[in-house]
Amino acid sequence: MNKAGERLYNGLVKENPTFVLMLGMCPTLAVTTSAMNGLGMGLTTMVVLSLSNLFISLLRRVIPDRVRIPAFIVVIASFVTVVQLLLEAYLPALNKSLGVYIPLIVVNCIILGRAESYAYSNPPIPSLFDGIGMGLGFSFALTCIGAFRELLGAGKLFGAALMPEGFEPIRIFGQAPGAFFVLAMLVAVQNAVRNRRKKAGKPYEKIGSGCSEDCMNCSDQGCTRRFYDAGAAEKKPVRQPGSTAQGKAPRPVQKQAESGIQRKAPRPVQKQAESGIQGKAPKPVQKPDRAVNGKKERLAQKQTEFEYIDLDKEEK
Amino acid sequence: MSQRMKVSSNPHIRSKATTNGIMLAVVVALMPATGFGIYNFGMRALAVILVTVASTVLTEFLFGLYKRKTTVSDLSAVVTGLLLALNLPVTIPLWMAALGGVFAILVVKMLFGGLGQNFMNPALAARCFLLISFPTAMTAFACDAYTGATPLAALKAGEQVNVLNMITGHTGGTIGETSVIALVAGACFLLAMGVIDLRIPGSYIVTFLLFTGIFGGRGFDPAYLSAQLAGGGLMLGAFFMATDYVTRPITVRGQYVFGIFLGLMTGIFRIFGPGAEGVSYAIILGNLLVPLIERVTKPTAFGYERGGKRA
Repeated sequence: MNKAGERLYNGLVKENPTFVLMLGMCPTLAVTTSAMNGLGMGLTTMVVLSLSNLFISLLRRVIPDRVRIPAFIVVIASFVTVVQLLLEAYLPALNKSLGVYIPLIVVNCIILGRAESYAYSNPPIPSLFDGIGMGLGFSFALTCIGAFRELLGAGKLFGAALMPEGFEPIRIFGQAPGAFFVLAMLVAVQNAVRNRRKKAGKPYEKIGSGCSEDCMNCSDQGCTRRFYDAGAAEKKPVRQPGSTAQGKAPRPVQKQAESGIQRKAPRPVQKQAESGIQGKAPKPVQKPDRAVNGKKERLAQKQTEFEYIDLDKEEK
Repeated sequence: MSQRMKVSSNPHIRSKATTNGIMLAVVVALMPATGFGIYNFGMRALAVILVTVASTVLTEFLFGLYKRKTTVSDLSAVVTGLLLALNLPVTIPLWMAALGGVFAILVVKMLFGGLGQNFMNPALAARCFLLISFPTAMTAFACDAYTGATPLAALKAGEQVNVLNMITGHTGGTIGETSVIALVAGACFLLAMGVIDLRIPGSYIVTFLLFTGIFGGRGFDPAYLSAQLAGGGLMLGAFFMATDYVTRPITVRGQYVFGIFLGLMTGIFRIFGPGAEGVSYAIILGNLLVPLIERVTKPTAFGYERGGKRA
């Protein structure tokens, strides 16, 4: 079940849909006027997301490629209808306060995004956990935003008055501009932590079996397909450029390329090979003297600049 | 020939003006209005001013510590704090005034890169922030001598107002906006020093007058128009806020466009909007349009045709 845990971590922290992927901004900004609303919206989305992920994954060999988007929408819409009827029956207050945003879950881009990029090309169980992880991440983010907005805009938290008597609510936080302020601040804090970890050599990306960059800043089109191809994801190694310089055992990237598990090599390797730094060999060859030549090569190869800057940091 | 050509590297135009000096001039120019505000509203006005200025300067200082680059000495934080204080009612709780100062410097100015990078006038943005957050506290213009609606609100309600009192400043309103005489005196000082010119304030006020004359419902009645001119934050806004170097267009034609836009928006907000005031919203809306205005009013360089083609 390691895979499941990895998916949960991915959804909650590494690719948090709100703070990292910046998906589903409409409900994020609109319904988070209180912590309860945020939590309700998040959990509702989570239920729809995990169920739709599960079923789309089960149906992935049946759905033809061309009509996959309408097919996803039908699956998602069915679950949204089910959830909305349940909410109306058992939680009418929450249903009322979320209003039109419940039916709008159908077009929430997190759900469609996960269906397209994960569930459609992965087995059911990881897909289910991917949905749960993403949903938990979404709930966590919305609850955070809602808590701040409720605390500042109304002086309460989950409906309980928390602020001292003389506190006058800062009403702007209950309105639309406040949502932008709080979201921006939380993203800034999150980025600060991320950068600090990166500097300390413990980036989030290295935990689990992720690719080297976060998806928001990734320039590789179609990466998800390669990356999430069944079975390949687990064996996809974490890039460790530092190991070459120290002359350790051959890099895991090479191993994989040789064994042919993936039809195509993952992005960083490909780029390096294309740019011909390593003597145009199809497989990256280990060069002990690369640390010495590193600087020259970096100047010569502008396209791969960021990779080599990374490399330098690792060596320190 | 060689005597008439002087070869040198740029910059070719030098000036003794410094950020520091300009900011100091603005502070001096605001002194009459500040003094009159304190005289008119009592010592509590002084307390509001001190708290606001202290909070802006302290925020700038602390952010400077964090960035390891101090910018307090350019006095821009003092100007922001002073302008914000002059835009607050005297009865505002002091912690709200301080919060406004922190918002102005931290969110509007520093997070966007500090002086010169803010896309919006920090003092006005903070005023609007406070106005949305604390509508009751920000519109409570009651003080000892004058209670009730501001002259502008009374005017909108169709009542008669004393224009003479509005010009001298013996009336209700925010701390610094009431006295037209004090504000114009400060503006004349800035004009004489060459810190501001009349392009923006002039086009702003003329457009506003024409608009209110046409759409105000009372024609070009001099009493009505002068009350509209003297009331609210128009004078303060036109001379001290709209002319902010950072948030106004730099092109000459753009400055006229900017002034006309502000006049139109202020007129629309005052006459057709729900409130009696409109200057602050008009100016921050104008600030947002500045990049667009600059783009369409970019002057044609020598040797080029309009549109950037070489002649």
